[in-house]
Amino acid sequence: MPFTLDRRLFHWFGVIAVTLISLAVQDDVTWLKTYPEALVIPLSEWLNIFMNWTVEVFGWFFRGIAWLLEWPVKGVQWILHTLPWSVTIFLSCVVAYAASGWRLMAFTFAATIYMVVFGYWDESMNSVSLVAISVPMAITVGFAFGVWGFYSDRAERIIMPSLDLLQTVPAFAYLLPILLLFGFGTTVGLIASLLYSFPPMVRNTIVGLRGVSVEVVESGLMSGATPTQLFWQVRVPTASKQILLGVNQATMASLSMVIVASIIGGTADIGWEVLSTMRKAQFGESILAGIVIALIAMILDRVTAGLAVRNDDYDPEARTLIQRHRYWVIAGVGAVVIFLLAQVISILNDWPRGMEINPARGMNDALTYVIVNFREEIETIKKIAFFFIMLPTKIGLQNAVSPYTWGFELTLVHTVGYTMLMIAAAGWATLRWGKEIGIAVLLVAIFAYFGLTNMPWPALVLLCTVGGWKLGGPGLGVGTFLGLMFLVITGVWPQAILSVYVCGIAVVISFLFGTSVGIWAAHNDRVSAFVRPINDTLQTMPLFVILIPFVMIFKIGEFTALLAIIAYAFVPAIRYAEHGLRNLPGDVLEAATAMGCTTRQLLWQVKMPLALPVMMLGLNQTIMYGIAMLVIAALVGTNGLGQRVYIGLGDGDFGIGIIAGLGMAIIAMIADRMTQAWSKKRQEALGISA
Amino acid sequence: MGAEGKKNGLTDDIKLSCRNVWKVYGDNPDQFFTNRQGDIGDQASHARSIRETDHIVAAADVSFDVHVGEIFVIMGLSGSGKSTIVRCLSRLVEPTAGEIILDGEDLLKASDTELIDIRRHKMGMVFQSFGLLPHLNVIDNIAFPLKLQGIGEAERRERAERVIDLVGLQGRESSFPRQLSGGQQQRVGIARSLAVGPELWFLDEPFSALDPLIRRQMQDEFLRIQQMLHKSIVFITHDFLEALRIADRMAIMRDGAVVQIGRPVDLIMNPADDYVRDFTQDVPWERILTAADIAEPTTGSIEGMGRISGDTSVEALLPYMASHEAGVVVESGDGSVLGVATAHGVVSALASGVIEQATVQE
Ligand SMILES: Nc1ncnc2c1ncn2[C@@H]1O[C@H](COP(=O)(O)OP(=O)(O)OP(=O)(O)O)[C@@H](O)[C@H]1O
Ligand SMILES: [Mg+2]
Repeated sequence: MPFTLDRRLFHWFGVIAVTLISLAVQDDVTWLKTYPEALVIPLSEWLNIFMNWTVEVFGWFFRGIAWLLEWPVKGVQWILHTLPWSVTIFLSCVVAYAASGWRLMAFTFAATIYMVVFGYWDESMNSVSLVAISVPMAITVGFAFGVWGFYSDRAERIIMPSLDLLQTVPAFAYLLPILLLFGFGTTVGLIASLLYSFPPMVRNTIVGLRGVSVEVVESGLMSGATPTQLFWQVRVPTASKQILLGVNQATMASLSMVIVASIIGGTADIGWEVLSTMRKAQFGESILAGIVIALIAMILDRVTAGLAVRNDDYDPEARTLIQRHRYWVIAGVGAVVIFLLAQVISILNDWPRGMEINPARGMNDALTYVIVNFREEIETIKKIAFFFIMLPTKIGLQNAVSPYTWGFELTLVHTVGYTMLMIAAAGWATLRWGKEIGIAVLLVAIFAYFGLTNMPWPALVLLCTVGGWKLGGPGLGVGTFLGLMFLVITGVWPQAILSVYVCGIAVVISFLFGTSVGIWAAHNDRVSAFVRPINDTLQTMPLFVILIPFVMIFKIGEFTALLAIIAYAFVPAIRYAEHGLRNLPGDVLEAATAMGCTTRQLLWQVKMPLALPVMMLGLNQTIMYGIAMLVIAALVGTNGLGQRVYIGLGDGDFGIGIIAGLGMAIIAMIADRMTQAWSKKRQEALGISA
Repeated sequence: MGAEGKKNGLTDDIKLSCRNVWKVYGDNPDQFFTNRQGDIGDQASHARSIRETDHIVAAADVSFDVHVGEIFVIMGLSGSGKSTIVRCLSRLVEPTAGEIILDGEDLLKASDTELIDIRRHKMGMVFQSFGLLPHLNVIDNIAFPLKLQGIGEAERRERAERVIDLVGLQGRESSFPRQLSGGQQQRVGIARSLAVGPELWFLDEPFSALDPLIRRQMQDEFLRIQQMLHKSIVFITHDFLEALRIADRMAIMRDGAVVQIGRPVDLIMNPADDYVRDFTQDVPWERILTAADIAEPTTGSIEGMGRISGDTSVEALLPYMASHEAGVVVESGDGSVLGVATAHGVVSALASGVIEQATVQE
């Protein structure tokens, strides 16, 4: 009896009814369409007033800190610039070898030589010195907070949500307040990177310390450990793998923030190099510099990850002092030797300008050639995406279908036909998969017809609130409602919708594409081996760099932003789909095979439903990645909250920037909680845990 | 009983005494006791009333003594409070009420520094899942307690090497725990707990994580080590056969309370209730019981009857008794007569362990 009314579905029909009614009357009742200007709370002005006051009263304090922090950065910069490049490369290679072995050492050597030969050495060292100061600070601060959170439940209850906020507020939104408080200079990058990179350290420290088994602690106690000994000699070393994973994540976060912070300019670092050349449309140069960032990221990632998994196996033969500290000895002796050599052979000290390789011009020419010769194709791709996907989502079929775009005028016949077709589709979906899916089809049909930006805000708020409530209980429902109302009453709702529009399309495409690849990879080892390094690279790549190839070919615009987001956000979808499918309970699969399932039945009726919760976590990560990239993509043309953050930064308007930043954090958190709740629900229904 | 646990040079000196110990988990466990007094008349009803208030009674009025050189085994089903009680004895867990007397002194009064000192010199403990430090290799794990005491590297190594020999781990000194099998890891755990030369040794299900063959081998090793070292031991297990092999005396626990204490044979012959009987049910009686255990006082003349030493197992006697209805005279080591073992004695010993009696039509 699929069409008997189910009481549980009443509120969904309520939502649909409210949506349709408000769509029908919104031309007359204008506050449904746009939240009245007069009721917008001038929160951004208040925030600006507060900020000005803070700067006036406490400015000396922050500037003092900035002044203090500048010294270590300058010191490291001085060292890295004074040391011959050959010595720095040698030391990096020793570290790489100690962390992971010959292969990483070879890679490090090649990568650093690239920086020298292509003439990016000084810029690279400027970025690295910021990372070199911010990482130890982030580790210290993060570790301290982690330990505090571990020992005090109350502290943890405060720390955890704050971390959530720090990590979901987009990086750009930090920059302005820091700039206002600490003043212009290298410190901005340092502090931004510190704020952004210590949260993963806190998390991993807490998780690691929590994970130390009771028996290990008890055995420490029974060995007669004092509290200090217990902490430093039992808990910390036992948790060290997890803690080092925190170091790895903190390092990567720090680098990516150092790069982002270069948008402020005046730092002469490698991020600035990419950004300024990109703005000047010098794509060859920006790609060459972008590669440097990617290389630095990969080296830092592999080295810190290598340290985390390193088994420093005890060598009973290595009794002497020199043997035990052989890396230090090699590093010290080698560095001195090379330093002395560099005094004689000047090329080891300063790579001559004349010997730098610069293929940028050739690359630019090649690119121009491609763009000129394939203009038709590029334009066609853009047009199809724009007319058939982006425009309908944004303003609805109602407005998007015209002779110019789709080749015909939208008439009453079409509308009626569309309505009938969609109702039929909803009915069929209900019969096939159940009522929830049927209702989802109806909702999508309504959205597609009227367009996301034309939906009345009360209808959307209601929809999300009901969705949150159904998925995660009353708490999530109320949270969703409050979060969305914040967007409404601070007047950023229209921008929020634009963000959701770009990000939504990107997420759907990334998820579908990524999951398909993931399914393929789960069934084919060769595909899996092929995809993995690509995923790894994309994930360690600072977001900036991903923009470059897309801007080169498709120029600035929403479509480019969309592609950049997709390029970054499909990675987790692949990973989780493959992971979910590869780690299914073997006995279930065997039982299904024994029952005579075909391969296809096995996939769709057994594996997919079982792997669904894990894939949902993949969706969750896809959304998070998409939102993270959205802000960066604002650089190349989107109009949503990301752009507001950017405008706030450009105009020095703290209020606008921070509200838009908070807005993105709110959207991210709602999406996060909902998908998590959904995944958990599925898991409980299946009686499995991820 | 004169024969009580004379195996390992046991004396009557009490090493550790546990008196009316309670451990209650929950929001406010102290409300149930005045002045941490555990000596409450009716243990069962007090425990029941505590449980009604959403508190968990993990140990209820537990009392027993451990003699110098004795292996005292604690048995019970999962959740019966065995781990809790040994953690109280080592003060890893603070008892809610009661007293623990170690060498005549109240352990619960020891300050934190005194406690660290006691653990450094007097106690050793072995854990079910080993509790090894993953970042240290075998020798450093074993020397860890010595390192905490600030003993120098050379002496540490030397003392660690000695216990490594004792547990038979020569040649594996530089392996890390993850490279060892379960049995080897537990040898490290045992060696570590012995490194400081403790007088009191706690073992919480040390062999439960091992497979049966290794377990048996480890029990033999354990007994061999104890033959040499004569520690006072509290050993936890839920395997009655294991208890039989090693126990001088044992306690059976249920729901936090001690149900019965005695020699293994006492528990088999005179189980306090069906719970104890359940444990002893699958025991191969004829192998455990000795002629002395089933001997009955002589009533008539013992002239011309066969004679046998008291520690002969009943199993070995069965063929003889099958053909000699009058039975056999049981002698102790010094030749004095302990009594007569008859087929009737065997049957009544067996009967004490029967739970479901058949109803016989008379
Ligand atoms: N920290 C704690 N908080 C609350 N309850 C606890 C705690 N530790 C133990 N308990 C409870 O105390 C009771 C006794 O636990 P204990 O670990 O002593 O049992 P056990 O006899 O060692 O069982 P096992 O054979 O499974 O090791 C159990 O009901 C357990 O749930
Ligand atoms: Mg236990």
